This record gives sequence, structure tokens and C-alpha cells, in this order.
Amino acid sequence: MSSARPSRLFRNKSAKIAAIPMIVTALFVFVGGTVWTIVYSFTKSGLLPRLKWVGLDQYERLWSTRKWLVSIENLAIYGFCTLVLVFVIGFILAALIDQKIRFENTIRTVILYPYALSFVVTGLVWQWILNPEFGVQKIVRSWGWESFQFDPLYTADIAIYGVLIAGLWQGSGLVMVLMLAGLRGIDQDVWKAARIDGIPAWKTYLFIVIPMMRPVFITTLVLVVTGIVKIYDLIVAQTGGGPGIATEVPAKYVYDSMFRANNLGQGFAASTMMLLTVALIVIPWAILEFGGSRNRD
Amino acid sequence: MTKPPPILLDGPQGPKPRRVLSRRNIFLYGTLLVITLYYAMPLYVMIVTSLKGMPEIRMGNIFSPPMEVTFEPWVKAWSQACTGLTCKGLSTGFWNSVKITIPSVILSIIIASLNGYALANWKFKGANVFFTILIFGAFIPYQVMLYPIVIMLREMGLYGSLGGLVLVHTIFGMPILTLLFRNYFSSLPEELFKAARVDGAGFWGIYFRIMVPMSLPIFTVAIILQVTGIWNDFLFGVVYTGPETYPMTVSLNNIVNSTQGVKEYNINMAATIITGLVPLTIYFVSGRLFVRGIAAGAVKG
Repeated sequence: MSSARPSRLFRNKSAKIAAIPMIVTALFVFVGGTVWTIVYSFTKSGLLPRLKWVGLDQYERLWSTRKWLVSIENLAIYGFCTLVLVFVIGFILAALIDQKIRFENTIRTVILYPYALSFVVTGLVWQWILNPEFGVQKIVRSWGWESFQFDPLYTADIAIYGVLIAGLWQGSGLVMVLMLAGLRGIDQDVWKAARIDGIPAWKTYLFIVIPMMRPVFITTLVLVVTGIVKIYDLIVAQTGGGPGIATEVPAKYVYDSMFRANNLGQGFAASTMMLLTVALIVIPWAILEFGGSRNRD
Repeated sequence: MTKPPPILLDGPQGPKPRRVLSRRNIFLYGTLLVITLYYAMPLYVMIVTSLKGMPEIRMGNIFSPPMEVTFEPWVKAWSQACTGLTCKGLSTGFWNSVKITIPSVILSIIIASLNGYALANWKFKGANVFFTILIFGAFIPYQVMLYPIVIMLREMGLYGSLGGLVLVHTIFGMPILTLLFRNYFSSLPEELFKAARVDGAGFWGIYFRIMVPMSLPIFTVAIILQVTGIWNDFLFGVVYTGPETYPMTVSLNNIVNSTQGVKEYNINMAATIITGLVPLTIYFVSGRLFVRGIAAGAVKG
């Protein structure tokens, strides 16, 4: 770009200096940190990291610990339900808002504001609303339905669904916004053509519009899934993992092992499992999205 | 209230006059009203609960408006609420959050905008490799990097301090912000850049005299994204700071979920709403820019 300089390394020097933080972060924190954790997940680290190899011991212990199994099960339930519901709700909301309605801005603002709140705030509000002594259960009972039971946060079997309610409230606005952007990006002629052919609106959505929105769906999917795997603060705030260990999740297992139980090895093994889960989703997506288009930059 | 629209379309196409009170309109607006009320309900419950006294909470239901409005819970939440160890309220956490958020936002935006600028206009060999790693890094669960960063901060003597947390936020904000700035700078007309080069401006000259002044909207988007993100963070706060330096979200959680003493729900809700106030204000004031910030996360690199 500029005039010839003596050494290649010093060409474009300012840009390289400006990019040092990026290079350091990418190499030392992201790559280095990840490799470090994976390596140490094969060691017998307890209170402090120690390079004493134990092979797959940590993983064997991990997969025979009940708390971890419950965590995985919860993540699967929470993840599956969130995935299905957040897309259904998000898409329906977007479709309703896309009907050239009045007050669009107001409605959109109200649906999206939970997303601006932290998971801690979200968890605490819903802990309060779902409180059996004061919240929804009490109100329905005061209407005369004395035997009404709605006590998710104190009933181990369904506690994770109590968290799900809060998670959906917080996250569906985001999906709605992305879907709405996708719907707005669809050529109006598609609708006209479908209209002329006499295809009902719901069929047009299902068989024409949604397939056309594939890129939006995929990016949203990646965002939602990576968000699900990371779920931590919501659980801590809303249930603290309880009742008992009913709402434990992997991210909390990692934190508890590392910083509460002084069992670093378990934390490393568990976080490596989390990484593996994300990799199984992100890598195929990346190959699909960017694999064939090397020429783009 | 304005009257419902005179014209509504079945799907977004050609005009076809409809009656105002058609079945479809009633259904559409009815559904939207219910949904809007549902989403608004928790905020309403928070506010209402925080303005009641404890006797009223025990008797009434969570949805009823306060009969006697009291601001005492807000005052107590701010200055006296207990976390099990101390009873200093949320104020310490609030100021810690301020002290964390402001430098983190400034530092992360300076660094990321320079990264993005270098990537967009001064691409050097290998730059894209680092950028790709950075973007993939955004998908790595934070838990994987928690402990290595503990060690790094300890080596630097920053573990447990506000400075350490600022550094952590700068690191983890980098992928999305770099992407945001890179995409924005790439979309600026290249002629501008070339003209400045011909006039003899260098890397820094172009950055400060052309790029920054032309990119104020994207800087605003970045600020919104970072302030809400950092303010709402819990995980990094709880891992990298200590009781004296806990950010607001952590002290809020400690106050509400502390097991000692009688639960004072009005104070808890006041504390919750105070914590949510900063991002909420930003959200309601910024409007479309907030949406642009989160949509940036969905833009592919």
C-alpha cells in the first residue's frame, strides 16, 4: 500500500500496532485459554491446577456424578423447549406485528424491553411472580379455585419449567426482532403472487416465506443455542439450582466445582464438555455458511 | 387513544378497504393487547410491589396497586438492605458498576474500533486469521476461559480488582464490537479513504479526522451495546471481583437471595428495579439504535 519499506514485518506498521490487542486476545485468551483448559481437564487438579495426568478420570467422574447428569438433563429440557417455543413465539409475534398494524413501535418496544434487563433481574422478578404464597397461585386461589396448584419453583419435577417461563419472557423479543427483519426483507411480489394463486396466508408463511427466511433462521438458531448453553445467571438468581439440585445446569456445575468445591479438574472437564456441545453446532454452521465462499473478502 | 385504522391488509399487500371492527381486526388487536400486557406485567409487578409496605403485601395480591404509596423500600434497598454479611444496600454495588462500566466501555470501544479500522482499511497479512479466531471465540462458552483468565489476572496482580474486571469486559466485548466496526468501516465509500491517502494522511490521521467523525452512529450503537451488556453481567462480576468490588447485579442477587432474616419482598423488588433502571433507561431512550446493536450480533462476519 505505502512506499516500499525495508522489512515486511514493519510494512503497515500502525495497523499492526493497532491490532495488537486483537491478536493477543485471539491467541492468548481464546486459543491459549481454551487449549489450557482442555489440557488441564486431563489432570488431577484440585485446589490448584497441577500437571499430574490422570487420563480420562475427570470425565469418568463427571459422567457418574448425579449433579452433572441432572444438569445435562435440565439443559436438554430447557434447551429443547426454549428452542421450539422461542421460535414459534418469536415468529408468530413478528407475523402479527408485520400486518401493518397501528402502535407497532409501542408493541415492539414492550415485547423487547425484557431483553434489555439482566438475567438476574429477570430471575428475581419471576421468582416473585411464581412465589406460591403471594403470586399467581395465591391469586387464582383467591378467586375461589382453592385447590389450584401452580408452584413450579418449589416442585422439583417442574422447577426447570419455571425457569423456562422467565427465559422465554426475556428472550423471545430478540427472536421477534430478528424474524421481523427477515419478514420485512421478503419481496412483496411473493405475497402478491401467492395471493393471485389463491394460497391462504398461513400456507404462504409455512411453505414460501419461512423457507425463504432460511438465513435468518440459521443465524437466530446459532445465537439462541449458544445462549442456551451459557445459561447461568438466570438459574442462580431464580432458583439457585434448587429445590435440591432440581435446576442445576452445566455452567453452574463448572462455577461450583471451580470456585466453591475447589475441584478444578471437574470444572475443566465440565467446561470442555460445554465447549464440545457448542462446537457440534457452530462448526457445521460455519462450514455451511462460510465454507463455500472463500472469495467473499 | 386513536381510533383503529380504517384500512387493514390481509398480509402486507394491495389496498382493500375493510371495516374497522371486522372480526379479523378484533382478533388481531385483541391478541396483541393480551401479549403486550403479558410482557409488561413483570415490570408492573416490580414497580407496584416496591411501593407497598410489607403488611399490604402479605394481605393483598401482587397485581393490586398500592393503597398507600411508600418510597421507604427504595431508600432501604439503596442504603440499608443486607446481603448476609453487611447491610450497606445497593449503593456500593451501584458505584462499583459505574466504575466498571465507564472505563470498560471506553477501553473496549477504542480497541475494537481500531481493530475494525485496521481490518477494513489497512488489512495486513494474517489479519483475517486473527479476526476469524476472534469471531469463533465469541461462541466459546465463557466457562472454558474462566480459570485461565483467573491465572492471567493473578499474574498481573489484578485479580479481585475493578481493573481486572475492566480488562475482562474489554476482552469479551472485542469480538462483537470488532465485527460491528469492521462492517461499518467497510461500508464507507473507499474513495474517501483513497483521497485522504493522496493528501498524505496516515493510519492515525485518517482514523481521527475521517473515520471517527463519520461513524458517530455506530459509536453510539457500540456504547449502547456495551453499557447494557456490562451493566447486566453477572458471571464475570462474581468470578473476578471480591465482596468489596462486586458489581450491582452480584450485590442484588446477594441481597435478594440471602437466607438470613425475614424476607422483605418490597425491598427486594425495589432493589431489582433499581438495578434494571440503567439498561431500561438506555433501552427506552435509544429505541431503534438498541435494536441495531443486537441485530449486529446476527450479521454474519
